[in-house]
Amino acid sequence: MSERATQPAPDSERNEPDEPTERPPVTSGAEAAVRALENAGVEAMFGVQGGAIMPVYDALYHSDIRHVMMAHEQGAAHAANAYGAVRGEPGVCLATSGPGATNLVTGIADADMDSDAMLALTGQVPADMVGSDAFQETDTTGVTAPITKHNYFAGDADTVGDTVGEAFELARAGRPGPTLVDLPKNATLGETAREPGPARLPETYAPQLEADDDAVALAARAIERADKPLLLFGGGVIKADATETAREFAIDNGIPVVETMPAIGAMPDDHELCMEWAGMHGTGYANMAITHTDLLIAVGCRFDDRLTGGVDTFAPEAEVVHVDIDPAEISKNVHADYPLVGDAGRVLDQLDEELERPPDAREWREQCRTWKEEYPMDYVTPDDEPLKPQFVVEALDEATSDRAIVTTGVGQHQMWAAQYWTFRHPRTWISSHGLGTMGFGLPAAIGARFAAEDDQEVVCIDGDGSFLMTMQELSVAVRENLDITVAVLNNEYIGMVRQWQDAFFEGRRMAADYGWCPEFDKLAEAFGARGWSVDEYDQVAPAIEGALAHDGPSVIDFHIDPAENVYPMVPSGGANGKFALSEEQL
Amino acid sequence: MTGGLRGPSPEERPHPEGRRNSQGIRIDPEAEAEPRTRTAVVSALVEHEPGVLSRVSGLFSRRQFNIESLTVGPTTVDGHARITLVVEETDPGIDQVKKQLAKLKPAISVGELDDDAVRAELVLLKVRGDEPDKVHAITQMYEGQTLDAGPRTITVQITGDHGKIDDAVDAFRQFGIIEIARTGQTALARGDTPTTPGEEPGHTAEPAGDGADRGVPDTNSD
Repeated sequence: MSERATQPAPDSERNEPDEPTERPPVTSGAEAAVRALENAGVEAMFGVQGGAIMPVYDALYHSDIRHVMMAHEQGAAHAANAYGAVRGEPGVCLATSGPGATNLVTGIADADMDSDAMLALTGQVPADMVGSDAFQETDTTGVTAPITKHNYFAGDADTVGDTVGEAFELARAGRPGPTLVDLPKNATLGETAREPGPARLPETYAPQLEADDDAVALAARAIERADKPLLLFGGGVIKADATETAREFAIDNGIPVVETMPAIGAMPDDHELCMEWAGMHGTGYANMAITHTDLLIAVGCRFDDRLTGGVDTFAPEAEVVHVDIDPAEISKNVHADYPLVGDAGRVLDQLDEELERPPDAREWREQCRTWKEEYPMDYVTPDDEPLKPQFVVEALDEATSDRAIVTTGVGQHQMWAAQYWTFRHPRTWISSHGLGTMGFGLPAAIGARFAAEDDQEVVCIDGDGSFLMTMQELSVAVRENLDITVAVLNNEYIGMVRQWQDAFFEGRRMAADYGWCPEFDKLAEAFGARGWSVDEYDQVAPAIEGALAHDGPSVIDFHIDPAENVYPMVPSGGANGKFALSEEQL
Repeated sequence: MTGGLRGPSPEERPHPEGRRNSQGIRIDPEAEAEPRTRTAVVSALVEHEPGVLSRVSGLFSRRQFNIESLTVGPTTVDGHARITLVVEETDPGIDQVKKQLAKLKPAISVGELDDDAVRAELVLLKVRGDEPDKVHAITQMYEGQTLDAGPRTITVQITGDHGKIDDAVDAFRQFGIIEIARTGQTALARGDTPTTPGEEPGHTAEPAGDGADRGVPDTNSD
């Protein structure tokens, strides 16, 4: 993370002479919690009410923080996650004890897998009732311990404020991730006059921001002598606000770039050095490059199995430079010959300074360019056949501005969106990668809408299966009159599962074939949104135009070719270089 | 109308010869043997806060680390506890154990002990009381203590390193072991070496006797 991230939050502006009005002193733990959020600069949060969290909601009554009432806590967590991802700060979600907290779990786990900074606040039964199996009691810190960076049980009104402040700082410091503060009702209702102090990181948490000079020198020598150097940008590049630094590093040194999915947008897709994203459904040329590189310079990634395929055949000729702020990621899945622990931007600066010359990679760049021509991303669009989802993605991309934000669910539609939308900016691709959470798209679009600039369109490219999992959040989009466009790529299947059943289970389509879907356009109208239903190619542009022009939520139900599959594909555990271009090649 | 995905099929492409092993290390597939595991003693100095033990044990189950024993107890610094773990892992696995432990927020410092570290374990053995003289003799041999002796059972305590405890347990089998409780290993680095990197000495200047009322290691304090 950037330098900012490890500094204590500014001591609000309380010491500024032109502070307009004094805020009233806190009188309760709940007010201290809200004050800590205000001090941290939180402007919006997402949540669902309930008994044990009521004191915190009551304290929000007089706060300037905008609270967005979601339909379901899972939606609150995804919305907070996306809000934070677009803004580059922790998103905040709020839920009551018991089912409220457990409903957050999927969203917290999602943020944890994708290293997204997020703060979850949960109500809890009074501390003296904890352990009695009281109404709506769940061991929330126990349940969420494995999926949070850290969690807290704030049992004392006097320390609630400082704990919330620390949790917020911890979420964004170092490798970002979700934190949670469990707030028993006695602590939130309890009297306290203690204003939260300047938020501080715990003493035991001090991420290393700069790599050791000797290690940097060794890595620089390896880069100088590499014949086939390849940069691998991970989500950490974007999270560390290191996009500009990383792009300059690639361009100045003439090193081609592949990305992991969370890093989509770190390098402009249409830049000559950009090979786009590698892995299971990545481009053929990215997978060729990663297979044949002799020096992989990985920045802020964790070598997920969807990227590596089988580790035995992953970048088999390459020495690996691994830049990461989390030492535990170094050599966890892929051995790092040159481990560089530190902040992505700072370490790239260190490397850039240390490099005496760029690598001589002319032939390699030419090879990469050839692969781009050899394995173009393309699809078949006969005019008289069912609508191709890739065409819809491209049409949406064309109709929206350069900085439009795309959110997705998980499955085939997600892959088509990632493959066929041209991304040029960080924080415009908001998706669920590591956890693969169907239903992420719509609540994420809601969160993104609150975080985005007014002139940034927010488009949720969803699947029918994903949309059905969290579509109740459409009620929130209507209530808040959010200008979002949901494009459902509807094939009436859990499409990715159907694709795998056809490829690996001899076509036995068990529990993947809906055979019928609700009419999503009419469902949208019933919610109070606008709806369109599209079957033909010539209906695509008018529907998109209408939906984008509508100042409020819209849903377009695109009935796409149900037989369309996602390719290229590296089968699970396979070699990236053996990506299949069709089912016959699997 | 455009043509769809194209390009050489997987068979037509060049494929590099290189390979990595299961730990992602590049290897010569002809020469590579299965990675060997070894036993390591890892010491973690932690903040003694609620839940710290479950965070540590949860880490081991979640990441499938092989753990042989875990002991925990307070140190002379208020609010600090030392956790001693014996793990059986490959070298990269042990590295991961240390790094993942260090990532836990309550972790102050984590280190692996050298082979010459001072290690000890305690066992309580309850055996049949038919031959008290023989039980006493064996207990003496292992420099143990008799904690309880009744008409039917005798309970003894033996301390020492892992091997000594194993031997003692074997020696007592002849009497019929009724119950057994072992603590698992606890350890400190030898001499001036701090047990975990950067670890500050405790309250060295405090008068003798302080800490006596802090009691025995409280393994239930979590």
